[in-house]
Amino acid sequence: MAHRHTAPPSDTALRVKALESLLVEKGLVDPKALDEVIDTYENKVGPRNGAKVVARAWVNPDYKARLLDDGTAAIAELGFSGVQGEDMVVIENKPKVHNLLVCTLCSCYPWPTLGLPPVWYKAAPYRARAVSDPRGVLKEFGVTLADDVEVRVWDSTAELRYMVLPERPGGTDGMSEAELAALVTRDAMIGTAKVAAP
Amino acid sequence: MNGIHDLGGMHGMGPVDPERNEPVFHEEWERRVFGLMIATFGGGHYNVDEFRHGIERMDPAHYLTTSYYEHWLHTVETLLIEKGTITRKELDARQAKLAKGGS
Repeated sequence: MAHRHTAPPSDTALRVKALESLLVEKGLVDPKALDEVIDTYENKVGPRNGAKVVARAWVNPDYKARLLDDGTAAIAELGFSGVQGEDMVVIENKPKVHNLLVCTLCSCYPWPTLGLPPVWYKAAPYRARAVSDPRGVLKEFGVTLADDVEVRVWDSTAELRYMVLPERPGGTDGMSEAELAALVTRDAMIGTAKVAAP
Repeated sequence: MNGIHDLGGMHGMGPVDPERNEPVFHEEWERRVFGLMIATFGGGHYNVDEFRHGIERMDPAHYLTTSYYEHWLHTVETLLIEKGTITRKELDARQAKLAKGGS
């Protein structure tokens, strides 16, 4: 039942073409505006945004406090806001608490900071098991947690989006904010990875 | 209401299967569906709850055997038809015309 992106019947591609052609003809859709929005989410918005937020929180305790207090406002300070990020809650990983995000019902995800979600996040296996066997899922992602580390799973909704603030790895003293941001991966902000030491 | 979309805790879905260096979109039609959704949603043709409900109303077998952007196509098409923005007949006709190489 695992669905990656099995090649669709050519009918699907044709159906989409027909829909776009019809909507353009009716003046409801502008193909250029479509190109623009696609380009934005394919090339401009993505996890590098979230990584900047994380790095800022690591180097600036005041910013971190604001981020955990009001994620939406603190993230907007760095210029990231908008659709699917209107209400953001940032949750902090700690030595004894590991956080994991899921959207069991669909695909809710913080677009302004992480971009569009990967296929596995939207697919049935992850949505089914993240809540019933989070440690097992984490192990498959290469994250093995000690028994005394609590796992908290956060189920996103259409109204509320979460982002994980991962732990800053050791051996990073003296690194610049930009260097730190380069260490932060998408999966670390979902909770399916930790940030590796450089 | 429970539906097939309520997957939390469900058994038998198999392993999580992350793809390395996954692209944002895998097919050109996925790009276009994404853009069409943003455009029609932004144009006020439906709200986010209607959008999700259109997916949640899918036949369960169809839901589980289709990819994510096929779900999007399904709900955008369903909602635009239900609201009378387009008709299924004209969409089918346009598809048939395109299949024959028309534009």
